[in-house]
Amino acid sequence: MDSVLPQLLTGLATASSLFLVASGLTIIFGVTRIVNFSHGSLTMLGAYIGWSILTRLPRDPAWFALGILLTALATALIGVLIERVVLRRVYRAPELFQLLATFGVVLIVQDATLWLWGAVELPLPRPRWLRGFVEVAGGRFPFYDLVLIAIGPVVLGLLWLVMNRTRWGTLVRAATLDREMVAALGVDQRRLFTSVFALGAGLAGLGGALSLPNASANLGIDLSVITDAFVVVVVGGLGSLPGAFVASLLIGILQAFGIVLVPKITLVLVFLVMAVVLVFRPNGLMGRPQAEAREAALAAPVVRAAPPALRWLGAVALVLAVLAPFGAGDYYLTVLTDACVAILFATSLHFMMGPGGMASFGHAAWFGIGAYAAGLLLHWAGAPMPLGLLAAPVAAGIVAALFGWFVVRLSGVYLSMLTLAFAQIAWAVSFQWVEVTGGDNGLLGVWPPDWARSPRVTYWIALALSVGVALLLRRALYAPYGYALRAARDSAARAQSIGLDVARLRLVALVIAGAACGLGGAIFSYGKGGVFPTYISIPHSVEALLMVLLGGLQTVAGPIVGALVYTGLADLLVRSTDLWRLVLGAVIVLLVTAFPEGIAGAARRLWLRGREA
Amino acid sequence: MRGLSKSFGGVRAVSDVSFAVAPGEMLALIGPNGAGKSTLFNMVGGQLPPDGGSVLLGGDAITGLGPRAIARRGVGRTFQVTATFGSMTVRENVQMAILAHHGEVWRFWRPAAERHRAAADALLAQVGLAAQADRATGVLAYGDLKRLELAIALGNAPRLLLMDEPTAGMAPAERVGLMHLTRHLATERGLAVLFTEHDMDVVFDVSDRILVLDRGALIAEGDGPAIRADPAVRRVYLGTGATSGGH
Amino acid sequence: MLLVAGLNAHYGRAHILRDMALEIGAGEVMVLLGRNGAGKSTTMKSIIGLLRPTSGRVLYGGRDIAGEEPHRVARSGVGYVPEDRRVFADLTVMENLEVGRQPAREGQRAWTPARLFELFPNLGRMRDRPGGRMSGGEQQMLTIARTLMGNPRLLLLDEPSEGLAPVIVEQMAAAILALKAEGLTILLAEQNPHFAGGIADRATVVEKGAVVWSGSMAALRADDDARRRYLAV
Repeated sequence: MDSVLPQLLTGLATASSLFLVASGLTIIFGVTRIVNFSHGSLTMLGAYIGWSILTRLPRDPAWFALGILLTALATALIGVLIERVVLRRVYRAPELFQLLATFGVVLIVQDATLWLWGAVELPLPRPRWLRGFVEVAGGRFPFYDLVLIAIGPVVLGLLWLVMNRTRWGTLVRAATLDREMVAALGVDQRRLFTSVFALGAGLAGLGGALSLPNASANLGIDLSVITDAFVVVVVGGLGSLPGAFVASLLIGILQAFGIVLVPKITLVLVFLVMAVVLVFRPNGLMGRPQAEAREAALAAPVVRAAPPALRWLGAVALVLAVLAPFGAGDYYLTVLTDACVAILFATSLHFMMGPGGMASFGHAAWFGIGAYAAGLLLHWAGAPMPLGLLAAPVAAGIVAALFGWFVVRLSGVYLSMLTLAFAQIAWAVSFQWVEVTGGDNGLLGVWPPDWARSPRVTYWIALALSVGVALLLRRALYAPYGYALRAARDSAARAQSIGLDVARLRLVALVIAGAACGLGGAIFSYGKGGVFPTYISIPHSVEALLMVLLGGLQTVAGPIVGALVYTGLADLLVRSTDLWRLVLGAVIVLLVTAFPEGIAGAARRLWLRGREA
Repeated sequence: MRGLSKSFGGVRAVSDVSFAVAPGEMLALIGPNGAGKSTLFNMVGGQLPPDGGSVLLGGDAITGLGPRAIARRGVGRTFQVTATFGSMTVRENVQMAILAHHGEVWRFWRPAAERHRAAADALLAQVGLAAQADRATGVLAYGDLKRLELAIALGNAPRLLLMDEPTAGMAPAERVGLMHLTRHLATERGLAVLFTEHDMDVVFDVSDRILVLDRGALIAEGDGPAIRADPAVRRVYLGTGATSGGH
Repeated sequence: MLLVAGLNAHYGRAHILRDMALEIGAGEVMVLLGRNGAGKSTTMKSIIGLLRPTSGRVLYGGRDIAGEEPHRVARSGVGYVPEDRRVFADLTVMENLEVGRQPAREGQRAWTPARLFELFPNLGRMRDRPGGRMSGGEQQMLTIARTLMGNPRLLLLDEPSEGLAPVIVEQMAAAILALKAEGLTILLAEQNPHFAGGIADRATVVEKGAVVWSGSMAALRADDDARRRYLAV
């Protein structure tokens, strides 16, 4: 019993920090409908900027408070900058492009922070008053935790007043429901959006700075915070402030007790809570059903089989690919093997995302599960490569079926976030379960048997499997199943009314995609000789999205082209600069802001213009 | 199918409503906004489970089944806001419905493009869309989309067809055309049709019988002249008829 | 007051408006007739700025507003009432009105909630009710009232009778006639000929994004062929 109260207070303190970050995220989402991936980066900047300010100020409470407020102001200004330079240009773009743009910002901020503050963790020197204790009910509690606990409800109260008692707040709530209508009533959307973004960014920075005394400024904050904040926002209901508060409490307390009771699986526990909430309340605790995007009614173009010329081109490319080992050196063969894996990675994501309509932000999870299935079988049971290549898709498919049971009931942003959270859990398991997975060091010595060891044979195996699976996926899409899957995406209500089982169609799509992707993971592991947690990282999931979006969602050939182009570009980039994240981020942002309607959309626009001229 | 009877007790949105619709009959359901028409529709279609009462289709209880199960038992539906499969051609839309009706959805190998092509074309000819079979649904005129919806619903060979404001958003001349087509198909196939409608010209023109719903309860039932003369219906719904036609 | 000329608009790759043209004098009520998808709503969205026309002019009070941001067009005195009502479901009646509030122009008698509740007495009895918990007819009245809070001189009304019971449609017609009597210029999109007939001075019939008939309501009634084709009465 003695440990209950302290854990509760720790949980409440965590909840407060979480709420600050999540409230900003949820307000921004509510009005702009953008899931701001860079929100964690703003929190991280808050921590770094807070560190730089606070270490230069006298160390008493008044100056501390001032420094924190200055930090919040600074991040609010950075938020305004991001909104004006990046987001303003993508408000009309498809949801996924917006997410990608904000992810580009994440990459840029990562490298910029590294460059400005260095790679070393920066702890805040804690003066006496910050280390003080307070007696509560016979126990001693950190004074600062109590301060944090108080800040959460205070901020909630202030936000509530602003939202419900001011004209600005009324406009914000109206814009959350229908921003187009608000504009048609004479309200300047841009100023509203910028001010909302500033408020959200300021709250993120506030959260980052306030976490300093208990933690430190480090480069891992962005992705860890964004995952937590996504979970909170999804559990609470997108766009709902009270929802974010309740969910923060729930998750904060769960984490605090989880760490004591079941340290290894705390993250899994959090995920389970999220899943259970979404099963019973698909829009979160206090969320409301997402209004269908009003402008998204643009019908998807009719899918037709590729013209013969394109098929010939594909056949020629395939012949060239088979003959490549006779002309290319070992280095290029490994790049080509990577390209084959990328084809599996991208076509499998396309399968569930294009025809299936399920945009996954955690596609790397299946990749990693396949890789670990093969790696662990070899490591612990000495299973040979053919068995590994068989086990990988089976394992990924089974996990996809379990996970899919609740994910296929969701849609849109909720589905994307749940897949992201799931991938983060898989990543955490691979990272933390050191005894089995080798943790950060990974599993080494995952090599093919001798007969398949040469880069040439590895490449041919990879080529045969990836092309074979891609063709199978294509076949399924033109079969009745593929039609039914598209029907369920085009209009779920209509599909049900002719007797289609929408949930099951989507579940099967997820299992097929997971299995195909898992196979890719296994091939990749044999090619690299090891399995590492980075296979499941968020950036890796985003790579899959980039490939698919580069090539376009509407055609079966699209993801293949996207995979090849991306692999080539990435290889070039990594070899030529240390700041590849910054460059990649900038390229993403440029691409998305230059072609906000997507590359395919831009081509269409140019074509139309050419025709009318 | 011998008819459909249903009653709900204790639900406020729709309370204790009973009626039957016979094969080949066009039954119109009218009433003020919020009278419970949509709720009633959704209970028959399976989108909402009723709190009480029962729905019988040809003597079998389908009460509380999900929308998919009800669809498989022969209840077709068109929507107020048109919902077709935008990534398919007109013909493929109908083929999809026929594939679903024959339970051929879970096939992963043989291409779907040639399956039931002739049957789909025959249905399209019936609704007057034969010439448009290869077009994308996105470029169809609104009235043609409504016809396509009808063809999709028929592809599932329903015994009962639910039509939620089938003529909403159509020009007056098209409205009558669509409903005469429906009327013709209902007679020919022995199909029971239950529809809601706000256009009184259409209601009085094509329906065999009219139900009037107000605040969840049935306040009148009868043929056109009887409903038009009913003082209660005039008060809660029809008004003087100055702006609504039907006079 | 409003002159639309040579207006073209695309929705995705579909060419919706083809050289659309309109002219409305101050204080007039003009009805746009035509089936769904003919371009009535697109015309209105192009005027208010929710859709950027690809070419053409929209002269309002002598100034070309084609392609301007919606909030600028709205502030210059154009009120837009969308076809699907779009009330803010979580906001109360009073809050919905607050969102629409813009200062009155010179020589205008400003709309206040109190005046609007005279026009729509139902709304006055449910000031604190969220928009989402009102019936279709009440929502339609709220969305018109909300737009009036911006003190427009020109009102774009997109199918205000759509999906409403005949008895509510009668009330709606009375309210619009009252607005007309106040001197408001109104562009009305309608499918219901009985409704339009009682209110409009002139009619423009659109088909496939272009004007196919235009003239006074009296002329439309007198023209047997046009009446049969466009009004079906």
